[in-house]
Amino acid sequence: MTRFFTEDHEWIEVDGDTATVGITHYAQSQLGDIVFAEVPAAGATLKKGGDAAIVESVKAASDVYAPVSGTVIEGNDALEGDPALVNSDPEGEGWFFKLTLSDTSELDSLMNAAAYQAFVDGL
Amino acid sequence: MRQPASVAATLERTDMSEEDEFELEPIEILELPLDAWHRDKGARMVEFAGYHMPIQYEGIMAEHIWTRDNAGLFDVSHMGQLMLTGDGVAEALEALVPGDISALQEGKMRYSLLLAEDGGVLDDMMITAVPMGLYVVVNGAVKWDDMGYLREYLPDEITINNMENRALFALQGPKAAEALKRVVPGVDALYFMEAGSFFWGPKTDPEPLWISRSGYTGEDGFEISVPAAHAQKLVDQLSAQPEVRPIGLGARDSLRLEAGLPLYGHDMNPDVDPVEGNVAFAISKRRRAEGGFAGAERILDALANGPARKLVGLSVDGKMPVREGAQIFAGEAQVGIITSGGFAPSLGAPIAMGYVDSAHNAAGTALEAEVRGKRVSVTVASLPFIPHHYHRKGGSI
Repeated sequence: MTRFFTEDHEWIEVDGDTATVGITHYAQSQLGDIVFAEVPAAGATLKKGGDAAIVESVKAASDVYAPVSGTVIEGNDALEGDPALVNSDPEGEGWFFKLTLSDTSELDSLMNAAAYQAFVDGL
Repeated sequence: MRQPASVAATLERTDMSEEDEFELEPIEILELPLDAWHRDKGARMVEFAGYHMPIQYEGIMAEHIWTRDNAGLFDVSHMGQLMLTGDGVAEALEALVPGDISALQEGKMRYSLLLAEDGGVLDDMMITAVPMGLYVVVNGAVKWDDMGYLREYLPDEITINNMENRALFALQGPKAAEALKRVVPGVDALYFMEAGSFFWGPKTDPEPLWISRSGYTGEDGFEISVPAAHAQKLVDQLSAQPEVRPIGLGARDSLRLEAGLPLYGHDMNPDVDPVEGNVAFAISKRRRAEGGFAGAERILDALANGPARKLVGLSVDGKMPVREGAQIFAGEAQVGIITSGGFAPSLGAPIAMGYVDSAHNAAGTALEAEVRGKRVSVTVASLPFIPHHYHRKGGSI
């Protein structure tokens, strides 16, 4: 399994042609208290860079984009009852959705953990 | 309505207000006297009203709850502190505000409104009668406009002094009095909407502070005006009290929303009159009878016949926040718009305020708001969402 990151602060953990997506620890720490999350339904078709989910802090609503194109396998229903999971475990239990990748070559444009860390350090 | 931005764009946004046509774009973003103090306390700073201001320290939810249970210290030094002096200053100001200012006794304060010629609200403000004249606290985002308007419309013999060398802090919450009286003895003698001068510091060299029992959270509390040169010493003493933690603008906004208090530039603007804005209580009895203030014709007509629309509270079904700019519907017809909305930490639910047409704005009316193309059930609610806990003279609290 390999984990990649986007400049929009999403992470994607890839296992073959399926993957899990969430927002990074850095993103949750900067957004602050998460009070609402809306995840895509199973079967939804996502396009790389397109809207995939919504995350709302006390202050603002933000889009979560699809890091790659694919078809949603499931959204994380636990976030509906406990959106604070995104704060407490953003890169684990606070995942947003799982999907089947339609084009694994799209992963080539994403950052690895070291590159993302360097990107965040530069912000 | 504002569409959500990417997480990255949200993080990059340094301006806390979404789009504020009421704020002039300042050439230079100013620093509060205690800028370094806030950063040292771990504040995340944002641009607001032309200043770098702390939006949060440990987190908005924790700060909000702390203030409701203990005492929160807010730096509101961006607000304008004006001293109006000159013979007949109260009568002169009454041409521009609807309150009975000439009857205001020394040490008493009133919530009031700066009115445009057409009766639109240019700002909301606190006016206190002081020995010198009138001490007026106005919103930071429009303070320069206010001063220009006052200068234009007040007679030349009235002097407007912008006390830029003073900082302003609010200490709010059920334990505010307990904490503050340890630092400033005697301050607990004030009741809600009273103010006075109190000595602070060593007996040999005391510093006078101007303190009022007022605030913007719905809780008991105080607002403290201090020369900027002494601000850090005061704030260090206050924050050393076990009941006190520094609180940012984020919680200030969620606290005032729960308390049903309007935010100028969002819930009120020059297009709305005080009756529409649900602040008709600021129009004193004598002024209702006599008129004689800017826009009196329109405002007295709205009082007599009811406004066409009104600012109301809205409780929101479910967990999804309904935010500023969302349209409100009764069936297919748009009947209003949200002007403030967010998550209420003390209620654990989203709440909002907005303007709703008169046929649909009675408490209990079921409506819908549209968020990202989806309808959300909302219900017109009585304000405040959380009861006020003011320390009223002769009151039960």
